[in-house]
Amino acid sequence: MGFEGEQVAQLLPEFERRNPGIHVDLQQMPVLSAHEKLLTAYAGDSLPDVTPLGNTWIPEFALLGALDPLDEEIAATPALDVADYYAGPWDSGVIDGRTYAVPWYVETRIPFYRVDLLHEAGIDKPPASWDEWRTAMAAVKRKVGPKRYAILLPLNEFEPLLNLAIHDPLLRDDGRYGNFRSAGFKRTLAFYKEIFDNDWAPKVANTAISNVWDEFGNGYYTFYVNGPWNIAEFRKRLPPSLADKWMTMPLPGPDGPGASVAGGTSFVVFRNSRHKAAAWKLIAYLSEPRVQVAFHTLTGNLPPRRSPWKDPSLANDRHARAFREQLERAVPTPKVPEWERIATELRLVGEQVANDRMTVDQAAAELDRRADAILEKRRWMLDHGGGHAAGATQ
Amino acid sequence: MKRSLAGWTFAAPALLVIAVFFFLPVVAALALSVTDFDIYALADIHNLRFVALDNYLGLLRNPLFWKTLGNTLYFVVVGVPLSIAVSLGAALLLHSKLGRFKGFFRTAFFAPVVTTVVAVAVIWRYLFHTRYGLVNWGLSWVGIDPIDWLGDPHWAMPTIIVFAVWKNFGYNMIIFLAGLQSIPEDLYEAARIDGAGPWRQFRHVTLPMLGPVLLLVGILTMSGYFQLFAEPYVMTQGGPLESTKSVLYLMYEEGFKWWNLGNASAVAFLLFVLMAAVTSAMMWFARRKGAE
Repeated sequence: MGFEGEQVAQLLPEFERRNPGIHVDLQQMPVLSAHEKLLTAYAGDSLPDVTPLGNTWIPEFALLGALDPLDEEIAATPALDVADYYAGPWDSGVIDGRTYAVPWYVETRIPFYRVDLLHEAGIDKPPASWDEWRTAMAAVKRKVGPKRYAILLPLNEFEPLLNLAIHDPLLRDDGRYGNFRSAGFKRTLAFYKEIFDNDWAPKVANTAISNVWDEFGNGYYTFYVNGPWNIAEFRKRLPPSLADKWMTMPLPGPDGPGASVAGGTSFVVFRNSRHKAAAWKLIAYLSEPRVQVAFHTLTGNLPPRRSPWKDPSLANDRHARAFREQLERAVPTPKVPEWERIATELRLVGEQVANDRMTVDQAAAELDRRADAILEKRRWMLDHGGGHAAGATQ
Repeated sequence: MKRSLAGWTFAAPALLVIAVFFFLPVVAALALSVTDFDIYALADIHNLRFVALDNYLGLLRNPLFWKTLGNTLYFVVVGVPLSIAVSLGAALLLHSKLGRFKGFFRTAFFAPVVTTVVAVAVIWRYLFHTRYGLVNWGLSWVGIDPIDWLGDPHWAMPTIIVFAVWKNFGYNMIIFLAGLQSIPEDLYEAARIDGAGPWRQFRHVTLPMLGPVLLLVGILTMSGYFQLFAEPYVMTQGGPLESTKSVLYLMYEEGFKWWNLGNASAVAFLLFVLMAAVTSAMMWFARRKGAE
């Protein structure tokens, strides 16, 4: 898919050389229409043998019965050492005790920050907990004045709030109901609201920023919570004078280093594939640590298992280091097909809270109401033993 | 062969095409709208439930539906008259005997219609940028503080309306221009002899003669504007605070983002009923005025 789909082509000749009988027919798909295309292909029974699937789509395709469980193949392939994988990304592919997906590359969101601005504000150690983060943001805001901000949390993305909230179970009773009235989530929402109430973050969508890298360079905000692809972007786009003025840090949590969302892409084999053995060989090949290092060199994507990180290209990358630490604490989002929709409601309600249109309690109740309505069909399916209502909560 | 049979035979291919590509999908969508067809039903058709009118009732109880309906009506009520007025004004200017470089202006005014909305939206987003936009820069010269055009829930819809009017007025302008050119010159001559000034000529000659064209343009523009989607999709994604989310946008999200095809069909039918009612009302009004 996308850029990765173009780059992986360079890794395939070696695979074909090692497996003379197998020819890989690579089809590239634009990321934005991939979901629709795959669903349509499912309806039309024209799915490929193997595809990398966004982690949040796995529950949906597992529910459709489109995916082949891979447990036997994994057990028969000692080189694919499950313990070597980060637990969160691996767990994304496990639904109801069966493994449907093998992580290809991972991403999670952590703060990028301006070392120099933080230093000017009198903070020399990146904050590790929300309390320390509060202190840092307040100090930065005092320093930069009303026209600039401490952090950017775009209101048109659900990821910032979700990453802050993921340390608590967001659904309860096997994904039957929302769990947003829990004390943990309310605490997160109050923290989120505090950031906007104090003007530490501008109340904007990222469409209003026009260029997040330039504005980061301008010091419009000091913290920017985003994914690993931005390491390469910042290196490329920031002027040389700022090259050693920015860093990445693990995401702070309520009482110390926090959890974050285990995103990324995992390989699946479709049930109707007629070349399952060959498909598995390809997955095993692309999962080899050496190949993953090569893939990282080509694309900058982060490997999902620990051994490739020992390679100098990754071990000596100071901007990737915080991601490596954060991946140990990354957890998957609730594994229900309705999750993306609930996350969207999370964003919409979060926007209301940031704009002071709702209190934390109102927002929590509203989110539970919306999540419960969205999950109505799922409850009906589970209660009627309806076929394959896949997925456990967390 | 009887005449009527011959007639039906000739019409048959067209009727068949209409039946297959229009009536069949409409009936299928209507059937879909009384079910809860979704991703679960796609997995196994036994998961499909007949819900009668629940989708419709649910929508009528959904504040978001009313909000999008309000946004759409706002867009239609302000946007359609504005769009028609701008088109008519531009057509009058181009039709005026005093005008120069008419060929150039005709092309320039029509150009936005044929450009892609996505490409244009990129430029407009910069024009209306809070800190770097040309619009706010211009306003700063007359001492007006920067306005967050696309980020403030009060300003986002007006900005979308201005964008849509600018994008679309050229099309109606061409129709008006054709209408203006078909008004016989001797009517104006007679009016001038009777002592009518430019405004009275416009009021009593141009407007009545343009009646049918106005009706046509009104209906076309109205039905087009009710289907507001592309502009907010590329400019604001329905935000901020859902202030630019239209009914069609809601349908798109229900249907193609969340795969609740039953619900999406219900939205589509409600919009269809609304548009049919408004268009019929316009036709009735025009007929009473004798414009047809």
